[in-house]
Amino acid sequence: MSTLLEVSGVSVSFDGFKAINNLSFQIGSAEMRAIIGPNGAGKTTFMDIITGKTKPDEGRVIWGEKSVSLLKMSEARIARAGVGRKFQRPTVFEDQSVFDNLLLALRKDRNPFAVLLYKRNAPDTEKVHDLAAQIGLSDQLERKSGELSHGQKQWLEIGMLLAQEPRLLLVDEPAAGMTPEEREHTTAILVEAARTRAVVVVEHDMEFVRRLNCRVTVLHEGAVLAEGSLDHVTSNKHVIDVYLGR
Amino acid sequence: MTRSLFARNPSVLVFLACLGLFTLGVTALSEALGTGMISTSFVKTLGKTLSLSLIALAMDLVWGYTGILSLGHFAFFGLGGYMIGMWLMYERTRDIVVTSMANADIPPTPQEITDAIGNQIFGVVGGSDFPLIWAFSHSLALQLILVVAVPGLLALVFGWLAFRSRVTGVYLSILTQAMTLALALYLFQNDSGLRGNNGLSGLQNLPGLDDVPQSVVSLWFFWASALALGLGYLFAAWVVSGKFGSVLRGIRDDEARVRFLGYSVEGYKLFIFTVTAVISGIAGALYYPQAGIINPAEIAPIASIYLAVWVAIGGRGRLYGAVIGAAFVSLVSTWFTGGQVPSIPLGFYTIDWVDWWQVVLGLSFVLVTLFAPKGIGGLFDYFTGRKPPNRHGKDLGPGSGSLKEQEAEA
Ligand SMILES: Nc1ncnc2c1ncn2[C@@H]1O[C@H](COP(=O)(O)OP(=O)(O)OP(=O)(O)O)[C@@H](O)[C@H]1O
Ligand SMILES: [Mg+2]
Repeated sequence: MSTLLEVSGVSVSFDGFKAINNLSFQIGSAEMRAIIGPNGAGKTTFMDIITGKTKPDEGRVIWGEKSVSLLKMSEARIARAGVGRKFQRPTVFEDQSVFDNLLLALRKDRNPFAVLLYKRNAPDTEKVHDLAAQIGLSDQLERKSGELSHGQKQWLEIGMLLAQEPRLLLVDEPAAGMTPEEREHTTAILVEAARTRAVVVVEHDMEFVRRLNCRVTVLHEGAVLAEGSLDHVTSNKHVIDVYLGR
Repeated sequence: MTRSLFARNPSVLVFLACLGLFTLGVTALSEALGTGMISTSFVKTLGKTLSLSLIALAMDLVWGYTGILSLGHFAFFGLGGYMIGMWLMYERTRDIVVTSMANADIPPTPQEITDAIGNQIFGVVGGSDFPLIWAFSHSLALQLILVVAVPGLLALVFGWLAFRSRVTGVYLSILTQAMTLALALYLFQNDSGLRGNNGLSGLQNLPGLDDVPQSVVSLWFFWASALALGLGYLFAAWVVSGKFGSVLRGIRDDEARVRFLGYSVEGYKLFIFTVTAVISGIAGALYYPQAGIINPAEIAPIASIYLAVWVAIGGRGRLYGAVIGAAFVSLVSTWFTGGQVPSIPLGFYTIDWVDWWQVVLGLSFVLVTLFAPKGIGGLFDYFTGRKPPNRHGKDLGPGSGSLKEQEAEA
């Protein structure tokens, strides 16, 4: 299995505080990975680095078959290269309908002129409807997304993530605010996506992580504490001390 | 599901119909072609109002829809005016010079004519040579190109520098103020080549058309302004109604999120900033021939702030709101500052509206912002049944220009 993303020796500090400390991480092109760790471990910051929001002080972030560095690229270019992200706090365009949110995310030419001349067509509309069905928002398409419940916004954001057809999905706490059935559904979608793509899921809920049935990376104080199967890491003494034992 | 522009925005048709009726009505009441109930000077006022509505439309695109509070769009408006003014002044002065020299015994050489024109135009600033920037002033076509090219290029360069460094919010507003101030100060100088604080004058006279009375010329410009506003409205509605508009509103409410979807926010901002600068230039080129004169005071920083006030009072984020705001405030302003409103004697003090109008305007801006963020445009919501979403006072996004709860539609 080829490596899609390789992060090596990355460090970031905010005003002298090391949020990420010499972190290394790899993921293959069709692989699911869960990241767990206590609050403030640096999970979200790690995603910020990959997506170009935060520039690391040192280290490398290498992407794809051609091994290009993501560090010199803008957020938008990284996204176009195939990195999609779902935020911890659901962020959708609240003033716009569910349909428009999904259409905006749909994988298409992002050039301003192409977008200006874009005409809504049947295949795209169908894609949006399919996505809406997948995330259970079919009857909400015309509603302003600002009116959706917290859980529905989470769904919409997952839908937008899928619409982008990224090669790497970074999913930050997708199950927060969801009912048990919705969590199961989310698991199913993520597992399905991981058959053809790389998926990185940050989650606190151990049950959720267990159902993902994948390798787990434990972050602590900005560095990898342990990596392996869930059973392997949960039996690790360090992990029990800093995370599970509390 | 390709619905037409009009089906998606019924308000566009309503607006165009109103504009058409208004144009016909004014024509029918004008001195030149109608009953004469509307004086020529008032036709000019109305024509100017339409041009101001056009730049308000541009402001709404850039602020109301994209969330960039530009306080410099009047610079582009003024530049458009200067570009058309150069041709008007040059051609008209040439006509006069040629006529007066025609009686001389020896026919004047082209050089003598050019010198005489230069003397006429630049005498007030103590010069007679044509500065380089007047190189195209003999050609209407070239100056018309400059009407869009000069504001467009300035916006492109300015926007590229500002957006690339991710200047946003208040800092961007200040930067645009600095730009318009710098331009005004430059133009105030006598050696700027545009006649310093004298500006360009006599622009109401069309070269070669001395026989056409002002009553007719004023109607021509009124029609042209109405046409430009109509086309501008159509264009703006087209831009904001599709996916492009979706991106713009996304940038307004949460630009970081738009970036993570792969859209280059800077490119979109630059595009809309430049396009609206061009629209502003066109509006200015229509306005100043009706005003008759343009000078650097027109692009003082305060002018661009007024523009934002108009759009806010009319209701940003909806195109008709911007037009109504600009039309309403500028007409009321003409009325107050024209000295027609009787002063109020209080015994110890007389309220003279020419002076106090500014205070009223400032106060209404504050009141509108605080108590009716939807502006005048919000009045239409009573008829259309449009309601704001219930967000417990939360804005629609983290962006500095994002819509407030009351401004949005549920
Ligand atoms: N922009 C920033 N400026 C200063 N400190 C920051 C910044 N971003 C993150 N931090 C700090 O870096 C540390 C790691 O934060 P991060 O958000 O990555 O944690 P997390 O693992 O996602 O936690 P949680 O489980 O609560 O989401 C925290 O201590 C946080 O306060
Ligand atoms: Mg986090």
